[in-house]
Amino acid sequence: MIYFLFAAIKAGTPLLLGTTGEIVTEKAGNLNLGVEGMMFLGAFAGFYVGHHTGSVLLALLASCIMGALGALIYAFLTVTLKANQTVSGLALTIFGTGFANFFGQIMIAGTEGGVPKLPDGFMARLAETPIPLLGNIPVVGKLLFSHNPLVYVAVIISVLCFIYIAKTRPGLNMRSVGENPAAADAAGINVTAVKYIHIMLGGAICGLGGAYISLINGGGVWNNNCVNGQGWIAVALVIFASWSPIKAIIGSLVFGAFSVLQFYAPKDIIDIPNAFYVMLPYLITAIVLVISSVKKSKEHTQPAGCSVNYFREER
Amino acid sequence: MKHIGEPFVRVVKKTELSGGKLTLLSLLALLLAIVAGGLFILTLGKNPFLVYQSIFSGAFRSPLAIQGTIKIAIPLLISALAITLAFKMKFWNIGAEGQIIMGAIFASYFALFHDTLPHFLLLLLMLVAGMVGGGLWGLIPAFFKSKFGTNETLFTLMLNYIALYLIKYLTEGPWRDPSSSGFPKIATFAPNAQLDKVLGVHAGWVIALLLVVFVFVYLRYTKQGYEISIVGESQNTARYAGMNVGKIVMRTMFLSGAVCGIAGMTQATGAAFTLGESVAGGVGFTAIIVAWLARLNPFYCVVMTLFLSALQKGSSVMQSAFGLSTYVSDVLQGIILFVILGFDFFIQYKLVFRGARKK
Repeated sequence: MIYFLFAAIKAGTPLLLGTTGEIVTEKAGNLNLGVEGMMFLGAFAGFYVGHHTGSVLLALLASCIMGALGALIYAFLTVTLKANQTVSGLALTIFGTGFANFFGQIMIAGTEGGVPKLPDGFMARLAETPIPLLGNIPVVGKLLFSHNPLVYVAVIISVLCFIYIAKTRPGLNMRSVGENPAAADAAGINVTAVKYIHIMLGGAICGLGGAYISLINGGGVWNNNCVNGQGWIAVALVIFASWSPIKAIIGSLVFGAFSVLQFYAPKDIIDIPNAFYVMLPYLITAIVLVISSVKKSKEHTQPAGCSVNYFREER
Repeated sequence: MKHIGEPFVRVVKKTELSGGKLTLLSLLALLLAIVAGGLFILTLGKNPFLVYQSIFSGAFRSPLAIQGTIKIAIPLLISALAITLAFKMKFWNIGAEGQIIMGAIFASYFALFHDTLPHFLLLLLMLVAGMVGGGLWGLIPAFFKSKFGTNETLFTLMLNYIALYLIKYLTEGPWRDPSSSGFPKIATFAPNAQLDKVLGVHAGWVIALLLVVFVFVYLRYTKQGYEISIVGESQNTARYAGMNVGKIVMRTMFLSGAVCGIAGMTQATGAAFTLGESVAGGVGFTAIIVAWLARLNPFYCVVMTLFLSALQKGSSVMQSAFGLSTYVSDVLQGIILFVILGFDFFIQYKLVFRGARKK
């Protein structure tokens, strides 16, 4: 059981980062379907820099920058050039996926033996290590305080985003831009700047999620197609978490749990076909989506200004 | 009066462009996109002209290559037409992927379990089944959208995955081929349940071209098509004119899903001859891009589909010719999309510089 939950946390972390990034983006009024692409960009950049420099910090930084740059393309298209958000996001996914695989393939071709690896010391610094004292607590210590450092980074980022969105003035400004850009504009908020900043911030967080996949889940070896749909799961999780980074922590744990459940479920007691375990999160998300729309709750839905571009001269 | 407070540059919406000018600008956008892709190739240290040339010849050099290109184009074109129907109504259906899959599942049922029926009756049954499967999968989000206002973009995205894992379930469970010992898979369809070939490619291309005409006529010349465009322009106007918006949304989404279902049926029975998890394989998403770049015009859809299919097919020779992996087509596709999407701005808006208005 402990091993199962432990694995769930491990599998849920990249989802958490992707989800948090997308929440930040959507709260500023942009539905960016390019999460998958930005995670791919981050995954590649993180691995590439880690592979060549051996520095964990630089690798993570590179993944954030690449994710943010991908988001910048999206922001330029949708905010400045007012292109359709759905289509621009899809284009970013195609581009990011292609970019990572293309340069990943070049990296594979350029490595002896065809298997690009991260340096040994690199992996050691990202290994699962119990936190002193806390890690020694029975059960809880293993479960919560013995992870690789990026798990804590992800949780901290989510909590910070939650505080930022809910409790700070820039967060309030951003929410007003997401809900009603015209009103925000009239109140003197620079809508364009707010959107750019948060789309890129969201992209950076998504990029970090990608780095988690290529650095941790990849086991120190580069695989093409490593993100493999997890960006899309993150988009789904945003709904499941009803646009709250705190609920995203729980949500990503649930999704992570379902994704590994088929390996841990006691088959002799509950015998459900494997496919349903993986399907369940999506089914639940769809139901959550319907319920929240039936209840017409304003608080737990997509920001009202989402996926509509703001054009000042349009009334 | 001095221009106090007037911004240095501001954005103004253009009035409707004439058809000819629009086509010209669209072609210009495509050209710019190709140039931008060329710049990317240049940074890789390759000659963009040679690369483009070999992509082109890779897609069209032989009858076999052309057949390959068309084979890629068929599901893409059919799904793009389906997307066109939904997007005309401003119903942001990104569930084509799932609707294709459901169409394929429904059609496969007859291919697997009723393959002794007369050939054409069987094909017809599969076609109808595919349409019903895809249509129902499109109807679900439309129903919730019109009843409760459920966000269709997110809902259709979820339905994609549910459909995908339904295939996984069927593959590992009830429809598993008992004669395959290794990796679970569904049996290959009997020849009787396979779509016939016309001029070397499965008949899906005939269906696709018929659908182009159908969708064009449907949107342009029928009452229902007119209703779609009114709902797309303004739901309030539609309601004011006495239209039943919910009914129109559901009807159109059933139709859109049904067309996707046809794509699924032709993929399963014409291309793969079985049902697998890759039956849609991202086509539903690429179709959105095709439909959008084609400005929701069925005939432009044909052009954009051919363009993207040729790019994809032609890139398969990149590895041997230039040492570039086939992934280069995805990167190029992304760059081209970015440029065309961005260029749209200059078609719809114009920049007004300070003082220019006062003439």
